[in-house]
Amino acid sequence: LLSQQLRLNERDLHDTTVTDGSSFNASMQTSPASMINQYKFEEDAEDTKDIFVTVDNPESHVTAIETYITYRVVTKTTRSEFDSSEFEVRRRYQDFLWLKGRLEEAHPTLIVHPLPEKFVVKGMVERFNEDFIETRRRALHRFLNKIAEHPIFSSSEDFKIFLTAASGELTSYKKQGPGFLSRMGETVKAVAAAVRGVRNRPQEFTEMQEYVEAFSQKISSLDKVTQRIVREQKEYLEELKECGPTYALWSQSEEELAEPLKDVAGCVDRCCKETEEQVKNLNDNLIPVLHEYALCTETLKAVLRRRDNIQADFEAKTEALATKKADRDTMRDDLDKAEDRLEWANNALKSDWTRWQKDMRTDLRSAFVDTAERNVNYYEKCLAVWESFLHSQRTDAEGNGNVDFS
Amino acid sequence: GQFLGGLGFVMVEKGTSLLKMMEISVAEAEKRTGKNAVNMQETYTVYLIETRPVDAASEGTNPVPDSLWRRYSEFELLRNYLLVTYPFSVVPPLPEKRAEFVWHKLSADNMDPDFVERRRVGLENFLLRVASHPDLSSDKIFYSFLTEENGWKETVFETGFQAKADSRLKALNATFRVKNPDKRFAEMKHYGDELQSVISQLLRVRARAADRLYGVYKVHGNYGRVFSEWSAIEKEMGDGLQSAGHHMDAYAASVDDILEEEEHYADQLKEYLFYADALRAVCRKHELTQYELEMAAQDLTSKKQQREELATGTIRTFSLKGMTSKLFGQETPEQREAKLKMLETQIEEGEELVKERNAECEEFVKSAWVDIERFKEQKDHDLREALISYAIMQISMCKKGIQVWNNAKECFSKM
Repeated sequence: LLSQQLRLNERDLHDTTVTDGSSFNASMQTSPASMINQYKFEEDAEDTKDIFVTVDNPESHVTAIETYITYRVVTKTTRSEFDSSEFEVRRRYQDFLWLKGRLEEAHPTLIVHPLPEKFVVKGMVERFNEDFIETRRRALHRFLNKIAEHPIFSSSEDFKIFLTAASGELTSYKKQGPGFLSRMGETVKAVAAAVRGVRNRPQEFTEMQEYVEAFSQKISSLDKVTQRIVREQKEYLEELKECGPTYALWSQSEEELAEPLKDVAGCVDRCCKETEEQVKNLNDNLIPVLHEYALCTETLKAVLRRRDNIQADFEAKTEALATKKADRDTMRDDLDKAEDRLEWANNALKSDWTRWQKDMRTDLRSAFVDTAERNVNYYEKCLAVWESFLHSQRTDAEGNGNVDFS
Repeated sequence: GQFLGGLGFVMVEKGTSLLKMMEISVAEAEKRTGKNAVNMQETYTVYLIETRPVDAASEGTNPVPDSLWRRYSEFELLRNYLLVTYPFSVVPPLPEKRAEFVWHKLSADNMDPDFVERRRVGLENFLLRVASHPDLSSDKIFYSFLTEENGWKETVFETGFQAKADSRLKALNATFRVKNPDKRFAEMKHYGDELQSVISQLLRVRARAADRLYGVYKVHGNYGRVFSEWSAIEKEMGDGLQSAGHHMDAYAASVDDILEEEEHYADQLKEYLFYADALRAVCRKHELTQYELEMAAQDLTSKKQQREELATGTIRTFSLKGMTSKLFGQETPEQREAKLKMLETQIEEGEELVKERNAECEEFVKSAWVDIERFKEQKDHDLREALISYAIMQISMCKKGIQVWNNAKECFSKM
């Protein structure tokens, strides 16, 4: 019963005690202000990573009603709240969705890293082709690692259960969440708040919203530009693939020229391989990151909306108190709680916003640096190919006492 | 040797007369308007041919070169004259009449300045090739093409080459079967076919690849635009993004030069595409002379056979005359005598003709094979140079790519 109480409390922000027993807040005061200090503390402690999660080994499962993929999730940790130091479980996409939902419910104004989409509509024929599974696996891996690196999420009970519970255990745990009616209640509240609208949004959150809007456009453009580059590269590759064989065909009609023509054919073919590799790199590395940050913007917009709703709720309650005469005590109580909720939500968002921005910079910077590096690599390899051809021609020429290469 | 108008280094024969005496160049191109043959207004391009004695330049006095303007059709006339007059020579080709194997950015319009420029270079190359050819360079019509502005056309027509051209054209287009062609020429003709086919294919593929490569580079320009816009909303990342954007723009812009250079390479291939045609023409001419010899020999053999039959009275071969004589009775000895005499004359003439044609054939084979060998060496050398210059282009492109992306990487790491 106590554990159930603890879990419920995590979700109920009327009581701001964080009670899942993780070490860092056991002795801390749990006012919003002190929570923020907690954030800063965690950020500094970033380098002492004590939990490592990997997602790999996709496997297909076929039942009478459906076919689905599970992934192996391996956790290695030194944290005391874990019963052991290593865990291995199998999870399916649905389970990841559940975890994300739980984290968002518990922390409406914190930023949860996006999951890969249900399935890509464009150009995807079969849901379970190899590339799709691999791309998804990598994204799921990144998702869990982002959770593990997050100062608040990583100590979530739901996260712990996700990483450690056997499949049966997880299923029954999932069923214990707040009932349908209570969830409906929350949804109704949210819709009501949304309809009401927020009156006095602080400037910084408006600026955030404007930024998210602009950022969303830019990142979406980058995603599109990169995909277009990949398309053009693929078409270039198709044409280039015919060049080598044409030179080779030509060499068959020649005598003196046969050797250099064959060499050129070889060079072109090798460049083709490098181009193929480069396209694959873009697909495997840059595009997924851009895509994830495009999805992030949806999360950010949702977070800002939820914050607005919390403020709208507070504003409504303030108004109600001012106008109503009866039940003033209960109303005052409600108002205080709403005010706390708002302060909590605002501070949580502000901190997490800073964290997210830093993360975003790091992720996008390294993605672009990585891309640039690979492009340099690509050109260096092609350069070597043609230089060796030139070298072989020069040594031939010098042997025959011919040409002047100036 | 000679550096031929930007198209590369070309080997020049030792005994060439004209290039030793004068420098030749096609210096400029200009648009003109005038009335054509059917009195309609037309716009056309003329090219300035400049010639200068070699000695004058080396003396350092550097006088003004002699010059005259010619249009493409006059070049064509010159080449047709050379084709007819030197049938055993592999006559250098002209640059293409219309732009072919173009990729989308390149205009197929004959008036397009880039096309005109490439044609100017091609025409200069043509003149230098002719001027360095052991047989063609000493031709008087060629010399006057370079030096006499007025009345050159009339001079060409006065040679009467047109009549020869017509009959030659007719002969070459006719289908005939040769019993004993020189094997080497048959192989050369086959080689010419293969060369034409494979170079066409290569030019097509290359043009399509160029088109695609253009797309790849240009799309990167969009990165430049988006980075620039993005940098406006960021604080820490702004500078890094902005400067990275500049490099993306530079990358996108660099493809124009890259593809322009590749166009030169394509022109080098095109020259040999057209050379393949010239080579095939020589082989075809051999077939024609061989065929004419075989026809003459065949005719002689049949005449000799007729004589024998007439002389011995036996009919070994079926002939209508024989049949009719059988049907309508033998001829009189006088008639037979007259016939024999006629046959003897014909046989004598026939033998002369065969001798003549045989000599012609041998002469042709000898001269043509010399020029074919010369052509082979030239082709091997030039195309090898072309492949090397292609490699150099690729290397230059890679180096530019390395530079741009290293710069971009540095900017990104400052994000």
